[in-house]
Amino acid sequence: MTTLIYDGTFEGLLTAVFDVYAHKLDVVKLHQGEWLEGALFDEKMQVITDETRAGRVLKALKLKLSTLGVQRLYAAHLAEIPGEDNNLLGFIRYAIDTDENIEEDYGNRYVMRVSEMVRMVRREKHRMEAFIRFQKLRDGSFYAAIEPDFNVLPLLIKHFRSRYADMKWMIYDLRRKYGIYYDLHDTQFITLDFAENSRQADIVAAYTEDEGMYQNLWKNYFKSVNITSRKNTKLHVRHIPKRYWKHLTEKI
Amino acid sequence: MDADRITEKLNILADAAKYDVSCSSSGSKRKNENKGLGNASNGICHSYTEDGRCVSLLKILLTNHCIFDCAYCVSRKSNDIKRAAFTVQEVVDLTINFYRRNYIEGLFLSSGIFKDADFTMERLVRVAKKLRLEHNFHGYIHLKSIPGASDELMNEAGLYADRLSVNLEMPTEAGLKLLAPDKSHQEMIKPMGYLKNAIIKHTEEKKLFKKAPIFAPAGQSTQVIIGATPENDNQILHSANYFYKNFKLKRVYYSGYVPVLEDSRLPALNTSVPMVRENRLYQADWLMRNYGFHVSEIVNNHQPHLDLDIDPKLSWAIRNMQEFPIDVNRADLKIILRVPGIGVLSAQKIVSARKFGKLNWEHLKRMGVSVNRAKYFITCQSKEFERRDLTGNAIKQFILATSHSKYIKNVHTQLNLF
Ligand code: SF4
Repeated sequence: MTTLIYDGTFEGLLTAVFDVYAHKLDVVKLHQGEWLEGALFDEKMQVITDETRAGRVLKALKLKLSTLGVQRLYAAHLAEIPGEDNNLLGFIRYAIDTDENIEEDYGNRYVMRVSEMVRMVRREKHRMEAFIRFQKLRDGSFYAAIEPDFNVLPLLIKHFRSRYADMKWMIYDLRRKYGIYYDLHDTQFITLDFAENSRQADIVAAYTEDEGMYQNLWKNYFKSVNITSRKNTKLHVRHIPKRYWKHLTEKI
Repeated sequence: MDADRITEKLNILADAAKYDVSCSSSGSKRKNENKGLGNASNGICHSYTEDGRCVSLLKILLTNHCIFDCAYCVSRKSNDIKRAAFTVQEVVDLTINFYRRNYIEGLFLSSGIFKDADFTMERLVRVAKKLRLEHNFHGYIHLKSIPGASDELMNEAGLYADRLSVNLEMPTEAGLKLLAPDKSHQEMIKPMGYLKNAIIKHTEEKKLFKKAPIFAPAGQSTQVIIGATPENDNQILHSANYFYKNFKLKRVYYSGYVPVLEDSRLPALNTSVPMVRENRLYQADWLMRNYGFHVSEIVNNHQPHLDLDIDPKLSWAIRNMQEFPIDVNRADLKIILRVPGIGVLSAQKIVSARKFGKLNWEHLKRMGVSVNRAKYFITCQSKEFERRDLTGNAIKQFILATSHSKYIKNVHTQLNLF
């Protein structure tokens, strides 16, 4: 067995696929991380990410899969779910080695796994679309902080751009330390550097005058729509798992 | 805005609106135009109440003043409660500010009837119009149509709202006469009929002229209260079916009666909310709309009530054991959809995947089939299958012994009441 070490990017993954075929490797294991001399693996190879090679693999994949199929693969990889590299590699190899399109062959374990990963990523994306809470700042722009389980920020751009086209907004992933900012024309990726603990205080200090009032109105609304005689906490927590509460105005 | 006053109004008018259970914000296709605010398509639940219901819209009454005296309603004239009324501008400001913070998908505005139907409807329409025309707002708007309002107002409402609804409240005319003497189904059906025709007309125009205005793109819905009057599930579901068929309703909502008032015509105040029954009705409704079941396969004169301890699909299957087992590697999609434990998504996966090779239990499990349930009704590419010739009743016991319903803990308290 050969262990391939790659940089974790999508191009890196595709280059790894290229190397598998170029060196006619059979049983391989994909590993994300730095190349360390003398590390634990018996047989190892470093994948040097290369756009031309990656491009050739992508082209081959596009012949075998539908456009949607390629997008789904990309989304599954983008999510950075730990320990899934080998399933993604398995999926790509299976797609390339088979004559017909295998996207719907759910009997195959790689296809099924990728479909599960896509489902997990989608769910996280939908949750973010639902649970993001913007706060209005004095300069008229809106700010939201999130800590999603997977890296879904890039997948959120389209939704928020088409919904909030007439206001400036920023969504910041605190865990991965980057955000997206929309300035009424374009969106761009940004990083902010503020000190770990002053973060929340800084933002509260920058609120518009009526931000506090609307937050309170929303909390009040949330309380008054509850019907006590129907209480079902199990269902409630299933819909909004506790780890999301921290950024939900109505649950703080 | 005066924070204290508006907070008080919001508390009163949200509280009075919460018994209307419909909260869907889906089914519309309103796009954001001219760099405005918002869009409406798939409907997002932005939060969930502690009883697990979706919070998607700002659901409020314009006012809880009312000239009517419906027995089941907290806002009825003879009830001694605090009354309040929003101004049109207040509703607009709340909607826009909640929407911008991503709290909601839009507005669901209903109202008690003050003065008369037209007077009330005109104000509801004015809110929607202001949002659309002055604020370039393209989020979701659901307006209650007030029975008895003029066709002109209904027409205007359709031009600005995504969805309109008239609540039937009681599944039968008799139930309605008993509890809401001021109302009649006839009066409620009138705006429904008008809207149905207007929606059809606009859809046809839209096909011909791209520029034609959109009209209530998310259609009409209604709500019936269950458990306040003695109608059985057979009557309720047949009446729902009638409205789906004749008025092209998008949804019928079933609202388990929450006892809020002392009245000899109503269940006592300590009666628990029939949540399990409500859930079963939704499941049955779902089977009618998405699984190709005919209403009388689910309930009929011999089977007037839905089972409370098992869902209606399983219940149908064990009454019809002669249809099973089926072979998932061959059966038509519409037959597979009828198997307990197989949902729409897994059924579609099965049909796609079997083209590549025969499926076994392991495959089915990975596709999300609940094999514990389905195994009594299907065969697949595997030597192991349920060989015992079990009766429907035995299957029910096996399944009940291994499943945990999210509602079942309430069943016992509820059963005592029947
Ligand atoms: S008309 Fe509507 S608001 Fe008035 S009492 Fe009847 S149900 Fe309640």
